Amino acid sequence: MPDQVVYAMEVTLNGLMAGVLYALVALGFVLIYKASGIFNYAQGVMALFAAMTLVGIMDGQVPFSHLINALFGTEVHHFGWHLPGLLAILMTMAVMVALAWCVQQFVMRHLVGQEPIILFMATIGLAYFLEGLSDLMWGSEIKKLDVGLPQGINEALDSVTYDIFGYGFFIDNLDVVATIIAALLVIALVAFSQYTKEGRAMRAVADDHQAALSVGISLNFIWVMVWSVAGFVALVAGIMWGTKSGVQFSLSLIALKALPVLMLGGFTSIPGAIVGGLIIGVGEKLFDFMFGPMLGGATENWFAYVLALIFLVFRPQGLFGEKIIERV
Amino acid sequence: MLDQAEGYTTADGRKIGGVVMEMKNITLRFGGVVAIKDISFDIREGEIRAIIGPNGAGKSSMLNVISGFYTPSEGEVWFHGAKRPQMRPFEVARQGIARTFQNIALFEGMSVLDNVMTGRLTHMKTGVFSQALWKGRAEKEETENREVAEKVIDFLEIQHIRKTPVSRLPYGLKKRVELARALAAQPRLLLLDEPMAGMNVEEKEDMSRFILDVNDEFGTTIALIEHDMGVVMDLSDRVVVMDYGKKIGDGPPDEVRNNQDVIDAYLGVAHD
Repeated sequence: MPDQVVYAMEVTLNGLMAGVLYALVALGFVLIYKASGIFNYAQGVMALFAAMTLVGIMDGQVPFSHLINALFGTEVHHFGWHLPGLLAILMTMAVMVALAWCVQQFVMRHLVGQEPIILFMATIGLAYFLEGLSDLMWGSEIKKLDVGLPQGINEALDSVTYDIFGYGFFIDNLDVVATIIAALLVIALVAFSQYTKEGRAMRAVADDHQAALSVGISLNFIWVMVWSVAGFVALVAGIMWGTKSGVQFSLSLIALKALPVLMLGGFTSIPGAIVGGLIIGVGEKLFDFMFGPMLGGATENWFAYVLALIFLVFRPQGLFGEKIIERV
Repeated sequence: MLDQAEGYTTADGRKIGGVVMEMKNITLRFGGVVAIKDISFDIREGEIRAIIGPNGAGKSSMLNVISGFYTPSEGEVWFHGAKRPQMRPFEVARQGIARTFQNIALFEGMSVLDNVMTGRLTHMKTGVFSQALWKGRAEKEETENREVAEKVIDFLEIQHIRKTPVSRLPYGLKKRVELARALAAQPRLLLLDEPMAGMNVEEKEDMSRFILDVNDEFGTTIALIEHDMGVVMDLSDRVVVMDYGKKIGDGPPDEVRNNQDVIDAYLGVAHD
């Protein structure tokens, strides 16, 4: 097999793994959009907030320590414990549920029935608020996140591919784990929405509010639940990205990468978010591999957006989105 | 004929029981507009109660008050002998009051069966966590709910479209699916908002038959709104007539039909 093809295969594989991470972020958007018609601009910041909180809890950091010390002249910084990853993840999830409740109670509840653009603006405000809150609670320095996920080259894949192609693929263990976790997450989400009472109620609310009320579903409860699930997805995405590249502000910008994913996959489709993520992941890696040298490199920065633009022109509802037919 | 505590017997020999729901001096205002003016009436166990009136009479508003979508500005709602506190629509639904809508509110993206199954939500006790922990119990509950749903589907003769997405159905069938979803809740009171609106003669006859059968078979108490006079007179045991937000008549169809106020306000206008 020619070298170029083997390299392309490695790039594709890496692209798929990167795509899984994009899909994870996009999934959070789709969940909220489907259930409440809100485009949640804050999804990326939620991932940042979740990762920050996780690190903070693990390291036993005192939340708001700067504020507390400034106000009371104290010198508290650490509780002096170090929690195991799983326990910290559970506690962070509790924080995300509390956040979901607050968002619904103090923001979204008061905007029921408003124009989508108003809801969107509210989530922009929420994004900046959360960003500030993360800094205030946990400080703004870059943090290392290690919940015990394996990292580094996957030796097994390396040796298998070396035997076959005479060239060992470099695949990061973290990417493999992320892929597995993302797959499990998607299966869990689909099972949840198809086979549980709450899932059925969630689909009902996404479809028709009045009808949902008439069969005894509390919209408020479902929305808190949906924001909690989105918070959970954000936490998973935050752990993956945080482990990969450190917990820092730029984490919230991955939300921007989710936009082209959504334009490809459609805003209303869970499979769409995954397929869209994979296409973008593979597409940008392969494109950079093949045409990068000709175009001066760094095509990964813009490829996804150009692809999304092309999609917007030819298939605005995305690959899996519901076609919008306007009656005249 | 009407005994306050005991109820009454209809012309066709059905026994009507005590009061299920009582509206006491209901007034509903939207800003300066008065939609309902000081109306009182009751709905009794096992009867088919109709609320009729010309367009804009306040019938739908009244149904929305009963189902909790509107909160009355004045007056009290009594359900099963207890004064109902201010409730949101989903709480009213959980009390056992199911409804349909004039403009059909179905879950368009779901199949007929899934739509009917949502009617069972108020009867499902196991949540997501217990569902994960006690698989057996959750499965038993799902089977029981499924049985009720299938029974309703059979009863309303929509077996052939069980798996069809609702968005693909014609209007008449959608109305029937909506009725099925409401029935699946096994409601203590069933509210129908213009169940025959927009239907052709054949569909209207079908729907009338289903309403009578539901009442007969399950003993369901039904309150319905309709402006097709002929249909209402054949269907209902007692009729409330509204005009401009006021009650102008209340009684068995024959009595209402001969009430001069009703003839002036409604029948005369509608049938000349």
